[in-house]
Amino acid sequence: MAATQAGMKRFYSLFAVIAVAGLGVLGYLLTRPATVSIPANVTVQASDTSGFKGYVKGSATAPVEITEYADYQCPFCQTFATLQMPTIEERLINTGRLRWRYRDFPLDQHPFALLAAHSAACADEQGKYWNQHQRIYEGQGEWSVSGNAAPIFRKYAGATGVDLGRYDACMKSGKYAGRIQADKNSGIALGVSSTPTLLANGRLHRGRFDSDAITKLVDSLARQSTK
Amino acid sequence: MIYRMSAALLSLAGLFISAYLYLYKIGKIGSLACGTGGCETVQLSPWSRIAGVDVALIGVLGYAGLLVLTLAALQPGLAGRHWPATLLAGLAGVGVLFTVYLTYLELFVIHAICRWCVASGFVILAILIVALLDLRRLPRDRAA
Repeated sequence: MAATQAGMKRFYSLFAVIAVAGLGVLGYLLTRPATVSIPANVTVQASDTSGFKGYVKGSATAPVEITEYADYQCPFCQTFATLQMPTIEERLINTGRLRWRYRDFPLDQHPFALLAAHSAACADEQGKYWNQHQRIYEGQGEWSVSGNAAPIFRKYAGATGVDLGRYDACMKSGKYAGRIQADKNSGIALGVSSTPTLLANGRLHRGRFDSDAITKLVDSLARQSTK
Repeated sequence: MIYRMSAALLSLAGLFISAYLYLYKIGKIGSLACGTGGCETVQLSPWSRIAGVDVALIGVLGYAGLLVLTLAALQPGLAGRHWPATLLAGLAGVGVLFTVYLTYLELFVIHAICRWCVASGFVILAILIVALLDLRRLPRDRAA
């Protein structure tokens, strides 16, 4: 009987320890600061864009402009950004032959695409857009399979030299949700339905492109513009 | 008694797992600690609700019921009785069947695996096993 009572005592002690630990964990999860959440499908206000029409790199006098509509969580966009863009940049953008415009087109089926676009927009406030843009694409394999991509984007931002205090405030505000939605709306209006989609001098080009195909396209458009 | 104690501890663990998933489902927890991201996919899928009720809430209520039953079954008046073990095995058996159905949905319909759901599956299976062992140990209750 004494042995049974001792066993019950041990059981209740263990039960109490597990119960307290479990309640403690749930209590912590309920009271910790809320994670970043960017509202989707917002109504765009005129003040959201203020003339913003994408992130641009390259010469303002380049004869050809390509606009890319892309989604940070799209695998094809990732391949394009990491494998093709370095060559395009070196061969065409840095030589003044091409101006590149990047516009966000976060697809609904990608849970972190909007967050990624907003993270890059917040880095843009501090002049680090393209650094963050490239880092997000390079790390797609890491954050896209995580349960929470926000701290990973924050880590990238910190590594690119972004002031994290300002970055956190920007992310928490969700202030670029409307601008990102405006980008997406502009793509939809042009007939964009998948990513990446390119517009060369305003004309839609669907399908997959590599740097050689882009070079040929740019050469062809440049010749047309000089005629 | 060791089987019922084990069942009580397992029910408590299952209750916390379900509560964790339910708190995520109702938006009280920002994200789930789930390496593959499959937990969010499963929890945000149309199959995370059955007849308008969150599956995670069914888990919370189910494990809470099992916990109450196992704690009651440990009390001196019921410790030697057969029926609490029978009831526990029956309820755990229903839980295992429900888990098999949910795992089928994850594998073949949603195409994503939620690790916490798998953990809950192991817990309910373990409860069924200890309940069956408890049943084997006890003589049948005699009619009064």
